This record gives sequence, C-alpha cells and structure tokens, in this order.
Amino acid sequence: MTAVSQTATPPRTMVQGDAVPMVSIRGVGKSFGTNEVLRDIDLTVNKSEVVCLIGPSGSGKSTLLRCINFLEVYDRGEIRIEGTLVGYTEDTPRRRLSNRDLRSLRRNVGMVFQQFNLWPHMTALENVAEALVQVRGMDKASAASHAGRMLDRVGLAAKADAYPARLSGGQQQRVAIARVIAMEPHLMLFDEPTSALDPELVGEVLQVMRDLAADGMTMVVVTHEMGFAANVADKVAFLDRGRIAAFGTPREVFHESTEPRVQQFLQTYHERNSF
Amino acid sequence: MKFSVIIDALPYLLGAAVTTIWVSLLGVLLGQVFGVVVCVARQSGGRAADMAGGVYVSFFRGVPLLIQLLLIYYMLPLIGIDVPPLVASVAALGLASGAYVSEIYRGALNAVPHGQSEAALALGFPAQSIWTRILLPQAFRISVPALVNELILLLKASSLISVVGVAELTRTSQTISASNYRPLEIYLAAGLIYLAINGALALFGTLVERRLQQA
Repeated sequence: MTAVSQTATPPRTMVQGDAVPMVSIRGVGKSFGTNEVLRDIDLTVNKSEVVCLIGPSGSGKSTLLRCINFLEVYDRGEIRIEGTLVGYTEDTPRRRLSNRDLRSLRRNVGMVFQQFNLWPHMTALENVAEALVQVRGMDKASAASHAGRMLDRVGLAAKADAYPARLSGGQQQRVAIARVIAMEPHLMLFDEPTSALDPELVGEVLQVMRDLAADGMTMVVVTHEMGFAANVADKVAFLDRGRIAAFGTPREVFHESTEPRVQQFLQTYHERNSF
Repeated sequence: MKFSVIIDALPYLLGAAVTTIWVSLLGVLLGQVFGVVVCVARQSGGRAADMAGGVYVSFFRGVPLLIQLLLIYYMLPLIGIDVPPLVASVAALGLASGAYVSEIYRGALNAVPHGQSEAALALGFPAQSIWTRILLPQAFRISVPALVNELILLLKASSLISVVGVAELTRTSQTISASNYRPLEIYLAAGLIYLAINGALALFGTLVERRLQQA
C-alpha cells in the first residue's frame, strides 16, 4: 500500500508537460548516529502545488523539510530543486557544495520557522529589507520601499516601524512570511508555522498562507493543522518513524487510507480537538 | 588635612586624569578589536584559530597586567622595536582587555538563539553578513553590562602604567605628593577623581542599556 501511494499515484494537479518538478526527493535517508530518522523517502512536489507533511512528533517531517534547503544534511539519496542537486556536487563520489553555491540555491527557497526567528534588533520593515540588501544587493531605499509593499501584502503596513517584541505572535509570523516573499522565492518551506501561536492567532497566519497558495506559490508545509491540510493542500504525506506511510490527495489520506497508523493518528487528533 | 593643597594640585590632577581617560579609551577600543577578532576566529576559523585564540586568552588573563606591561616595555627594544611608554601602555591594556572581551562576546554569542543565524542562512546570507548584521549586534546588546564592567576595571588598571613613566593620574599624584609631602590629601583627591570618572561610565552604561531595551 505504501509503495503504491508513494510512487504510482499520478498527482492530480500535475501539469503533464512540465518536465522538471519543483522538488524531487529520491531515496533520501538520514541518520543521527545509529538512529535512522529518515528512510528511503520519495516525494515529488510540482510547481504551484501545496504539499503538507503530517504525522506524529519525531516522525521526521521537520527533518525532511530542513533537508530540502540543506539546513539539515541528508546522507543518502538525492534532493533536487528545479533539477539542481541540493547540497552536493554532481560528481561521483559526490562532494559537499561550496557555501557560495549553497547560497545561490537557497536564494530561491524561502523558509518560515516555528519560532518566527525575526531579528529582534531590527524593525519589521528592516527585517524584511535586510536580505534584499545583503543577498540581492539592492540599495537601501528601494529595499525599504519593496519591503513596505510586502508588509502591506501580509496586512502589516501599519507596523513597519515596530520592533518584533511589540508584535503579537501572529504578526511576527506574518512579518517572517513577508521577509521570505520579498525575495520572490520559487518555493516556500513552512516548519510548523502556527505551532508556537496562541489559538486565536492561528487563523491570520493560515489566511496569509491560503492567499499565497491561491497566488500559485509552491509550498511544502509541516503542520498539525489538519483543517489547513484538508482544505488547502494538493497532496498530503503522512510520515511515521522516518518513512512516508501514506501519500495522496487530502481525501485519499484522510478519508480513504486504510493505513492503521494514519487512522490512529487522526483518531488521536480528533479526540484532542473535541471538547 | 589641608584642603588648600588639593585646590593647588587640582589643575595638574585633572590634566593627568585626561591622560588616564584617553589611554584607557584607546586601550578599550583596541581591546574591542582584539576581542571581536579573537572571538570570531575561535568560533568560525577552524581548530588552529581556536587553539591560537585559546593560548592568547589564557596568557593575557593569567599573567598580571603589571608583568605584561613590563614585558612589552622592556622586551620589544631587545628585538629592535623602540616603544614609547604611551604606546606600550595602550598595547598592554588593549591586549589584556581583548582577552576578557573575547570571552564576554563568546558568552553573549552563545546566548543568541540558533534560529537567528539559521533564518539568515535560509535566506542566502553570506557568512560575513550573518556576523556583522545578525550575530555581533545582538551579542553586543547582551554584553553591554559586562562591557561597562570591563571598561571600569580597565580604567582602574590603567593606574599600573605609572610604572613605565606615563604621567597619568596615579603617576602625577605620586610626583606631587613627593614634592609637597601631602600624600593623604593628594591620593584622596586622585581616588575621588577615579570614582567620578567611573560613576560617569556606569551612568553612561545604564543609559545605553535603557536605549537598547527600547528597541
């Protein structure tokens, strides 16, 4: 069952003529010492798709996400973004990519973190403008005006001069998203973007993410928000103990999967979220 | 006690205090440079750089400043470098201070959450920008109280440079009291001047801290 759902199911929204997928993960494995945290992962993300990674904590979903932009080093298999091998040279035996090449790859891949990771010594506007100056080489004035437009896009134009400490968690996460989209990434990675938020602040962040998805952004999202996965994702991958145990459309994973671990996970989720 | 002695000596003492202040200031600036360079080298320059930095820190923290000063003052001429007392003094203060400052920054850098540089890495920042724009500014903020403390210690330690003949506050006090035989009044005055300078430094530190907290 797992093998079939991982590889053989043609993605529903895949544009057939579009040869190079945005992300292609083949046989990826990773170990911390003797602990195998990722085993033989295969996953394809096509352009403009939203793929949610769900599963119990410790299942390896965050580690997999962090391998995509090489914040985490994978040991086996290969990950390609728009055809380019992530983290290694194409030689055999492969060598680690130079920092310069890694940087040019990361420029096109944005990441949103659970803890926001805004820089506390910069205002919201400066947080968004900084990478434009340091990475894209824009002059300060145009970086600031571009950053202003990005804050406007996430509904925070009024908070441009506020320091992160003066913003709510939801606002901080929206600034973090603005910081990423300002770089015009081809792909965005979300590592549990709402897990550190008070429940009443989750909605505003998910709304921004829905808008991005509607604009055609390619997104890989590690999340515990099953509602978001069910309504926004094109594909859902359920990870368990370092493997993809189920993969398919939200309907296939949430309603039609016979995989007992998926059913158990969803059962626990429903019990926890009902009063 | 004869306070008129202090009044007479005050212009000389204050003039010497100015020397104390700017020698200390140069020492602190040099110490900041050494401190940051050593700290960054130890964190990101590989094992050799870490070990060299470790030796530097152990030596300048472990050997008394007075001995360091005399070593610099008497040893450099032996290898053909003639150092004026002022230069030797500033160098000794800077080297010693750098050892402490590098440890202050090391502690502060450890207090900056890992996610801070990770966010910059994920955006494609060059390593140099991560240091100059993300890590060091935050480490500096965290270090302000410790740096002010270091500044005050250094200003007091600058009294040691009197031994190589620099006419700073302590040396000038010795000279004056040797000629007017009023050591108590003169040293009391010198002590109060040190106290006033350090009081001002502490106040300055508090203001900087408060300013940074608003951000």
